[in-house]
Amino acid sequence: MISGRRRAWLAFAIVGALVLAACGGTDSATEVVEETTDTVAVTDTTPAAAAEPFTLANFTPMEGAEVVNCAPPAGEPIKAAWIYIGPINDGGWTQAHHEGLKAVQAALGDQVITTYKENIPEGPQAVQTIDQLVADGNTIIFANSYGYQDAFVEGAAKYPDVCFEHMTGYKISRNLSQSFGAGEDGKYLSGIAAGGDTKNGKIGVVAPFPIPEVIRGINAFALGARSVNPSATIQIVWTNTWFDPALERKAAESLIAAGVDTLAAFQDSPATGEAAKVAGLGWAGYGADQNANFPDIWLNATIYQWAVYEVPRVKAALEGRWIAGDYYGNLGDGFIKMSSIGKRVSADTVAKIAEASARLAAASGSMFTGPIKGQDGTEKIAAGVTASHGEQMGMFYLVEGIIGDLPKG
Amino acid sequence: MNSNLLVIIAASAVFYGTPILFAALGELITERSGVLNLGVEGMMLIGAVTGVWASQHVPGTSWFVVLASIVIGATAGGLVAALHAFLVITLRTNQTVSGLAITIFAGGLGLSSYFANVWNVAAKPASHPIRVLDVAGLADTPIIGPILFHQTILTYFSWLLVVVCTIYLFHTRIGMQLRAVGESPQTADAMGINVVKYRYIHTIIGGILAGVGGVYYSLAIVPTWVDGMTKGAGWIAIALVIFGFWRPDLTLAGAYLFGAMQSLSLTLKARNVHINGDILDALPFVMTIVVLVAVSSGWAHKRIGAPAALGQPYEREER
Repeated sequence: MISGRRRAWLAFAIVGALVLAACGGTDSATEVVEETTDTVAVTDTTPAAAAEPFTLANFTPMEGAEVVNCAPPAGEPIKAAWIYIGPINDGGWTQAHHEGLKAVQAALGDQVITTYKENIPEGPQAVQTIDQLVADGNTIIFANSYGYQDAFVEGAAKYPDVCFEHMTGYKISRNLSQSFGAGEDGKYLSGIAAGGDTKNGKIGVVAPFPIPEVIRGINAFALGARSVNPSATIQIVWTNTWFDPALERKAAESLIAAGVDTLAAFQDSPATGEAAKVAGLGWAGYGADQNANFPDIWLNATIYQWAVYEVPRVKAALEGRWIAGDYYGNLGDGFIKMSSIGKRVSADTVAKIAEASARLAAASGSMFTGPIKGQDGTEKIAAGVTASHGEQMGMFYLVEGIIGDLPKG
Repeated sequence: MNSNLLVIIAASAVFYGTPILFAALGELITERSGVLNLGVEGMMLIGAVTGVWASQHVPGTSWFVVLASIVIGATAGGLVAALHAFLVITLRTNQTVSGLAITIFAGGLGLSSYFANVWNVAAKPASHPIRVLDVAGLADTPIIGPILFHQTILTYFSWLLVVVCTIYLFHTRIGMQLRAVGESPQTADAMGINVVKYRYIHTIIGGILAGVGGVYYSLAIVPTWVDGMTKGAGWIAIALVIFGFWRPDLTLAGAYLFGAMQSLSLTLKARNVHINGDILDALPFVMTIVVLVAVSSGWAHKRIGAPAALGQPYEREER
């Protein structure tokens, strides 16, 4: 028999080890990906005194931008960190960001040490995570969810020598940048695929939150669908979650039960695809190419290539050339990519997707050219007018053909 | 008739209530022995990830692989429960602390996620998902067809389990002794019942059933692995045990009611019925609170059968 005191210590040790093991799991620093063949050589890493400010296509420096020196001491690697809203193998959003991290590691090799924190809740814990990452010596920090924005504003003010890279937000400061891309371009192309796929003209969309980014994407999707199938309707169900596989599948099933015969999901898991597969209906995904896993029902999906932005940004930070600004990538610079197109998509539809893709690559966001009517039939964008970038970013109405509500106010 | 709104909601309630029912039945059996297991969520995730792994790696015919995946997922859940049992029964650790530690350790970011990375299970879907069966061609029967005869093998098994658990708990000698252990381990011990053995066995059975619930998520609902895919189902299962007054039949009703509430909200939204979705979404939780309040009253306490020794380690007088 184990004595009382020993038992207490043993119990303490086991419980402690369990918790530590779990916490250790969250903090996993990435193993350095050695890809010698693909390494982009960075010749000079010494921050030059009069360093050229950073430039990149589709990057708009903030007004009065100054170079923020978040470079490491000469000869040392830069520490770069990523904060993720979801797990790295979610099969969608966070996984795509993690590909960006891997690309940075591969491109900069031993000049960078990458770290990531997954499943970080939006709110106070994000602030603590920033504190911890800065204390660990990270000088450039990325975050992949809108809800981290205020934590990043706070962090940027607190740590002026750290370069903050927030994604999908809008607040910019001396050392806080924003980045995202025209997902609506890709969603328009998914809309064309869905419009070509539906037989009864009813398309269902499993949607996350009614926020401008998502609303803009659904509108683009609807415009794409109706560009090839003018009488198509798009029924949406708000799930109010980015990631809940069982709930997403349920939502998709409720749409199928309501009579839709083609589905799209703008969420992070393949759950809608599962419901579509059981029912034998076409499915347009989001953020990940699921053609191989759902060959019979796959239409297409928007893929984000974060490496297009992240590799040059970390390189700029390493070289002491980082400046704050706003990046909005698109099909033209490769930030937005169309996934492979499924075999059930007709040749005619494939041709229409290619044609629209070329058009949008040359003029991102141009699907929002009037005349465009809202759900209630009132004119939202006048004939011949293209909504400005700002108008597109703040879009809070649904276009004609969409069935579903937006929250009031 | 089978596309009737209520039929759809009921069928969906059974389909999505099944994994919660498994986990809740397991928790019920564990709690009847006086052990509180807050590690259900972690055990479900371990069951889910090992189930997908088995589905991808076990060779054989589809039926065999499905069966093997269920058994392997269940075993994995049972092993984690054995750890909990060792901590709280042998080492007499605080049951709440141990359970929480196990959910953190095995759950969304811990061991299940680690296994998923090491085994690379997320790269492709489960090779042999658990599909719904059309029992004896009855799936097209009006109304009851889609609800009762168009489900997976695990749903049918869960019904059998409810019956077996009820008989076991209330109509067998071992079941009576188990309840005695949960009510008053001192008395049970004096009667010659091996308290430690009973608690170990029923804690492990609880983990096995949680593991099966996890497998249902990763092989039946979304046949693929996604980190943290049970999304709190383990916690709902724990609440359902209280909701079901520690009785298998009421636990079944609770699990399906919970499933129905969620489906109702989504189904109405998909048909563009103008309702306040937030209120509907909150209903299951509101109901849980109402039940918890009702249960906590003195009158109810005497009648609902919460094991009196629940959460208390048993220590025989050693001096």
